[in-house]
Amino acid sequence: VVWSMLGNRQFCSYKMTTKTQNFCRNEYNLTGLCNRSSCPLANSQYATVREEKGRCYLYMKTIERAAFPRRLWERVLLSKNYEKALEEIDENLIYWPRFIRHKCKQRFTKITQYLIRIRKLTLKRQRKLVPLRRKIERRENRREEKALIAAQLDNAIEKELLERLKQDTYGDIYNFPIHAFDKALQQQDAESESESDAEREEEDDDEEVDKREFVEAEDSELSDFEDMDKLETSSEEEQEEEEEVEKKASHSKSKGKTPLKGPARRKRPYIEIEYEEETEPSTKTKAA
Amino acid sequence: AGESSGPVPGDGAGPPATERVLFPPTFSVSEIKNKQRRHFMFLRWKQQQRKEKLALKKKRRKEREALGDKAPPKAVPKTIENQRVYDETTVDPNDEEVAFDEATDEFAPYFNRQTVPKILITTSDRPRGRTVRFCEQLATVIPNSHVYYRRGLALKRIIPQCIARDFTDLIVINEDRKIPNGLVLSHLPDGPTAHFRMSSVRLRKEIKRKGKEPTEHVPEVILNNFTTRLGHSIGRMFAALFPHDPQFIGRQVATFHNQRDYIFFRFHRYIFKSEKKVGIQELGPRFTLKLRSLQKGTFDSKFGEYEWIHKRREMDTSRRKFHL
Repeated sequence: VVWSMLGNRQFCSYKMTTKTQNFCRNEYNLTGLCNRSSCPLANSQYATVREEKGRCYLYMKTIERAAFPRRLWERVLLSKNYEKALEEIDENLIYWPRFIRHKCKQRFTKITQYLIRIRKLTLKRQRKLVPLRRKIERRENRREEKALIAAQLDNAIEKELLERLKQDTYGDIYNFPIHAFDKALQQQDAESESESDAEREEEDDDEEVDKREFVEAEDSELSDFEDMDKLETSSEEEQEEEEEVEKKASHSKSKGKTPLKGPARRKRPYIEIEYEEETEPSTKTKAA
Repeated sequence: AGESSGPVPGDGAGPPATERVLFPPTFSVSEIKNKQRRHFMFLRWKQQQRKEKLALKKKRRKEREALGDKAPPKAVPKTIENQRVYDETTVDPNDEEVAFDEATDEFAPYFNRQTVPKILITTSDRPRGRTVRFCEQLATVIPNSHVYYRRGLALKRIIPQCIARDFTDLIVINEDRKIPNGLVLSHLPDGPTAHFRMSSVRLRKEIKRKGKEPTEHVPEVILNNFTTRLGHSIGRMFAALFPHDPQFIGRQVATFHNQRDYIFFRFHRYIFKSEKKVGIQELGPRFTLKLRSLQKGTFDSKFGEYEWIHKRREMDTSRRKFHL
């Protein structure tokens, strides 16, 4: 009667229909599907297995208690031991229809399996979800943008690099004599290198034509250096010159100026890599 | 035409009784009901304001020029950096206590050149493509670093293994919704652990530049603006990632710039065009970090001893107060 009124048609509030199947949302339902045999409302003798807080219970409903809704479902605690619990189900549901017994045991098995899985997962690392706060996110992003603008990174980096150049952290690699030496002069008055001082003063005087004269004053070898400055030579010549220059660099602080030309400079990395194996220090002066 | 905001007509309480100043009845722009006309009036008012402002500027400039040398110095505009609340933990360069602390803290062996940094980079579970690529690029930027993927391994168990294999630092990049958003930097033999929030991650291909990849040379390190004690320790953490002797041949520089508590990381290649000019070319990934917490020991979320945590309610109240 109940079934023909509720279950078969659309009146049961627990019934959920989908394209392929009907489901029953009733919490005492054994299989979860909406069938004549598994509807807890339509069957007067029914049993289910449910778990609460990790313990499994067997719920039973008999026709004698149909008039007392409060006492309708009788609850039996099942043991934690899997086999023993199966036996308990069997002995409680003795003389009950096969279908219900079988389905109860199946459901109990599934429940124990997922409980085991939960326990295993809680031992592993749990992923903690921290909710984002939209206002705070927006505020931080805005502040970051402003900080970026205030930072003026490129300028700061360039300034720092120039500072380091002045502080002589790069040593002999870069040959920018004049201003660096001026600064050094101003800072180190105590140290007197008379000769070098005089030479530097000469350099100061001949600002425009410094390279040529200065080079000639020093050494003839450095004339090759000039050519390198103009970048007219082929790469082989450069290599030769560099070897010479390298020798020069090794015994004196090389004062030859090597102006760097921007775009040509960019091409050098390609050449650098080619010649790296041959003479390592040459890459140093090339980098200059 | 009477758009100045004088006292509202009809307000007798404003001017005292003895000086009855008569104002022509003025209508403020916002009282006009017609939207078009109101808009028009507003624009006119704005133009007038701008003209007045310009005139004022010109006058000031003229005065300044007229005075010549005796002119008062130009007023320095207030910036957030200028107005920053003074932090009592700012490090004085000559502070001995700080110097002593730094000589005896966990980074001392690094700075005494006893240890060579070896870095392990890893991610949270199941990293997505962007994070993976970011890890690879980070590994090229930091010399002597290795990327290992985590497949469900607990950090607490990895750490003793890392120590056994002689790693000095551990970097964990946390991922959320397919983008990296967090960084945990841990100095390994029982060193401090810093947890950062990472934002604005740009991979190499997204950076507008025409450079090649970073080479294997050891880059230089620039640490800017780490002023307080906390900032100092964080700065040393970053410095400890890179080997102590940069190869100037490589002409590469990694920069950690702190501005208003945001640490910007950039990786550049530089060239000295002359002794006053340097050109830089950006290569390598870039990202910004914001410090969330600093722990004394290695990574331990439950029992760790926190040296500093960012507490939003207390620390975000003032716009002029920064901690790094």
